[in-house]
Amino acid sequence: MRKVWDFHGGLKLDGHKSMSMQQPITVVPVPKTLVLPIQQHIGEPAHPVVQVGDHVLKGQLIAAAESFVSAPVHASSSGKVVAIEERAIAHPSGLLATCIVIETDGKDEWVPLDAHASDYKQLDPSRLRNLVREAGIVGLGGAGFPSYIKLNPAPAKTIDTLILNGAECEPYITCDAMLMRERARSILDGLLVMRHAVQAKRCLIGIEDNKPEAIKAINEALTLQEKTIVDVVTIPTRYPAGSEKQLIKTLTGIELSQNQLPVHHGIVCHNVGTAVAVGEAILEGKPLISRIVTLTGHAMGKPCNVEARIGTPMQELLDYAELKNQHTDRVIMGGPMMGFVVQETQSPVVKTTNCLLAITQQDVTHEQHPMPCIRCGECARVCPAQLLPQQLYWYARSKDFDKIQEYNLFDCIECGCCVHVCPSHIPLVQYYRFAKTEIWAQERDKVKSDHARERHEFHQLRMERKKQEDEERKRKKREMLKQSQAKDSNKQDAIQAAIARVQAKKQAQHEQENNSTVDDSNK
Amino acid sequence: MKQLISSPHTVFGNSVTRVMLLVIFALVPGYIAYIWFFGWGLLINSVLCIATALACEAWMLHLRNKPLQPFLTDGTALVTALLIALALPPVLPWWLPVLATAFAIIIAKHLYGGIGYNPFNPAMVGYAMCLIAFPKQMTAWLPAMTEQGHAINFADNLRFNFTGKLPEGTGYDALTQATPLDALGIQLQLGNSVTEIQTGFAQFSQYFGVGWDWISILFLAGGLFLIYKRIITWHIPVAMLGSIGILSAIAWLYDPSSNPDPIFHLLGGASMLGAFFIATDPVSASTTPRGRLIYGAGIGAITYVIRTWGGYPDGVAFGVLLMNMAVPTIDYYTQPRVFGHDKADKP
Ligand code: SF4
Ligand code: SF4
Repeated sequence: MRKVWDFHGGLKLDGHKSMSMQQPITVVPVPKTLVLPIQQHIGEPAHPVVQVGDHVLKGQLIAAAESFVSAPVHASSSGKVVAIEERAIAHPSGLLATCIVIETDGKDEWVPLDAHASDYKQLDPSRLRNLVREAGIVGLGGAGFPSYIKLNPAPAKTIDTLILNGAECEPYITCDAMLMRERARSILDGLLVMRHAVQAKRCLIGIEDNKPEAIKAINEALTLQEKTIVDVVTIPTRYPAGSEKQLIKTLTGIELSQNQLPVHHGIVCHNVGTAVAVGEAILEGKPLISRIVTLTGHAMGKPCNVEARIGTPMQELLDYAELKNQHTDRVIMGGPMMGFVVQETQSPVVKTTNCLLAITQQDVTHEQHPMPCIRCGECARVCPAQLLPQQLYWYARSKDFDKIQEYNLFDCIECGCCVHVCPSHIPLVQYYRFAKTEIWAQERDKVKSDHARERHEFHQLRMERKKQEDEERKRKKREMLKQSQAKDSNKQDAIQAAIARVQAKKQAQHEQENNSTVDDSNK
Repeated sequence: MKQLISSPHTVFGNSVTRVMLLVIFALVPGYIAYIWFFGWGLLINSVLCIATALACEAWMLHLRNKPLQPFLTDGTALVTALLIALALPPVLPWWLPVLATAFAIIIAKHLYGGIGYNPFNPAMVGYAMCLIAFPKQMTAWLPAMTEQGHAINFADNLRFNFTGKLPEGTGYDALTQATPLDALGIQLQLGNSVTEIQTGFAQFSQYFGVGWDWISILFLAGGLFLIYKRIITWHIPVAMLGSIGILSAIAWLYDPSSNPDPIFHLLGGASMLGAFFIATDPVSASTTPRGRLIYGAGIGAITYVIRTWGGYPDGVAFGVLLMNMAVPTIDYYTQPRVFGHDKADKP
C-alpha cells in the first residue's frame, strides 16, 4: 500500500451514508420548466446568447463565457426560451440572479455533437482545454471553479501528479461514492483525458476507507496497463479529508499555504464527477447539462441518488425523494458541515448542487444559547488548518481585523470542525465569515479611497502646476509688457533724439545759412 | 422563508455543563479518600463553599443583568467551590470558606466579566487571599485517621465551625498539625535533616503519609480519566509534574539529607490536585499546546521554589496565579504553525 500522510485535527463523524445508497442512480424525468442561472460558479456570469421565444435543443449553448474565470451554460433539454429574468437561486446570500427559463417540449432532442473519442490523443492539450471550457465544465465537488483553468498548468510547470478526489468526507453525501460504484469506467476514461490535457506523469485517486465498494469498483475497472500509471489510494475516513489541501497532504505529504495553488507543486486535483464530465465532453461531445445529486436526510421518505438536469427546480427532486414536509427542519444544499440552507425550494439545481439534505429536528442539536468562550482549546485541537479558532473568535468579536489576520484568518477553510466540538456552542464560522467580509469590504474601500486620494493628489498637483504656469505666464506677460514699455521709451527717446537732431540740423543749416556758429553738441 | 442558519448544521453534543460535570465526577474518588482520612470537615466546607458560590453567582448575574439560566447551571461555580473546599484545611471557622468563595466568585470571576473572561483562576484567588490574611487558620491541618478513628468527629467539627468551641480537654493547637510538606519545610529551615524529620514527627507516621499518598493517587486517576475523556490535554499536568519531579530529583540527588525525594513532592501536598484540576482551568490557562507546556512547567517550578524557600506550606496556588499573569504573552509567542506555513512563520 502507498504511504499516506496525516493531517492535523479533523473529526470522525457519523457518515449516515448508507441510507442514500440503497438503490442505483436513477434519472429524474425532464421537468416542465428548466431554470438556468447564467452564473453557477465562482467568477463572472456568462452572457445569454438566446432570446425569449427562441427554440433551443438539448446541449445548445444559451449563455457564452466572455471573461477568463467564467463558464458557458447549455440548455439541458430541448424547448422554448420563455423568459430571461431574475429568479430565486440557492445561494448563501439569498439574492436573486439572472436565469434563462426554458419550457421543455418533452422531445429531449440533442444538438449535433462533436465527439473526439478516437482522436483526442492527437489533439493539442490547449485544444482539449478549450473543448472542456466550451462544455461549461466546472468543479463538481465544491465551489465550482471552471475546470479548464485547473487543467491549464502554468507555463514552464510540468505536472507530476493528477489527483482525483473521491474522498467525499462530508456526512450524508454519496453522489461520488455511487458514481465510482456505477460508472468507474467513465471516471477512468475522463481521468485519462485529463491526464493528456495536463501531461501528468502519474494519477492518484484518493478514496476514504468507508467506501470499500467504490475502491473495489475502480480497481476492477482499471486495465493492467492503466494500473502502471493510476494508483487508487485508500485514505482514513476523517472529515475534512476531501478538502483539497488536506487531500493533497494526505496523498503526497505536501502542504499548500493559503495563497499557493496545487500547480505550484506540480499537482492538479479534480473531483471524480468532474472527470466523468470531462470524459463525456471530449469523448462524446456532450456539454455539462446534468449531474448526480444525493437526496438524503432523515426527513426524506426515499433517500437516493439521482441524475438531475441542471436547471431542474429543487422541489421536483424533493418530491421525487418523497420529502416529509412536516418532519423537515430545513433543507440544506451540500452537507451538514459546510452546506447552506435552501431558502426557496423552487430554486434550480446548479452545477455545484451535490446534495439536498433534509434534516429533522432530531438531527440538529438545536441552537443553544452560546456561552462565552472558556478557552478550552478543543477547537484548536480539531482545526485542520492548525489555527487557534478561539483567538480568531476573540478578535472577530472585538473587530480587531489586523490582529485576526496575524492569526491567519484567511487560512480558515470554514470546515466547521471547531463549531462542532465547541462546548460553548459559539457559531465560530459565522464570526469568521463576518470578519472576512468586513476585511474585503475595507480593502475595497481602501482601494477606492486610494484611487480617490490619487485623484485628489493629482488634482492638487494639476492645480498647483496650473497656478505656477499662470504665474509664470503672468510674469512673462509683465516682463514682456515692461520690455515693450522699455522699448517704447527707447523708441521715443530715439525719436526725440532724431527730432532734436533734425531740428538741430535745420537750425544749424539755418544758422549757417544765417552765417552763425555751429553748435557742436548737436553733432 | 426559513431563517438563515450558518453551517455546520449538526454539532457534537458538547457543552460547558458537560465538561464541568465530568470534572466533578473525576474529583469524586480523591474527594472520598480525603473524607476517609481527614474526617467530615471537607464535607462541611464543601457545603459552605457551594452555597456561597451559587448565591454569589446568582447575585452577580442579577446585578449584571445576565440570565440565571444558562449561567447558573453551567457548573463552573460548582467546580470553583469544590476546588476551594479541597484546598482549605478541614477544621475552620465557617466564615473562612464563605469569604474565600465569595472573593473568588465576586472579585476574581464576575468583576472581570464572568465566565470566560477571568484572567486568574478564581478558586486560587479566593484561597490565596485567605492564606495571606489568615495564615494561622489556613495552615492548621488535622492528623490523619488512626485505628481510633478520625481526630475529630462530625458533630464536634460542625460545632467548631460555627461556634469555635472544641470538646472538653481538646485544644486547637493540640488538635491541629501542619501538613507534612509544611512541617518538613519548617523543620528543614530549623536545620534538621530529612531522615530526622521523617522519623521524628507525627506527620510522617505511617497513617498520615499513606493518607496523602492515596488522595494524590486517586486525583491522578481522576485526571487520567479527564485526559481520556478529552476534557483536558496532557500538556499542563505532564509539564507541571515533570518540572516538580525534575527539580526535586536534582536537589535530592545533590543532597538527600536536606531535600526530600521527588515522590514526596509529587504525592505530597497539592501537586496532583493542582496539576490535573487547578492548573488546567481552561479560562485562565494557556490555550496553545506549546504554551501549555511552558505554563505547566512554570507552575511546577514556582511551586517547587515556594515549597523549598518560601514561607507558605504549598506553592501551587501562587504558581498558578503567577503563571496566569504570563498567559497572554505565552499564548502570543507559542502560536502553532499554521497548515502550509513555514515553521518560522511568526505572527
Ligand atoms: S472550543 Fe469553543 S469554548 Fe473552547 S476554546 Fe474553542 S471557541 Fe472557546
Ligand atoms: S472552520 Fe476554520 S477555524 Fe474552524 S476548524 Fe475549520 S479551518 Fe479551523
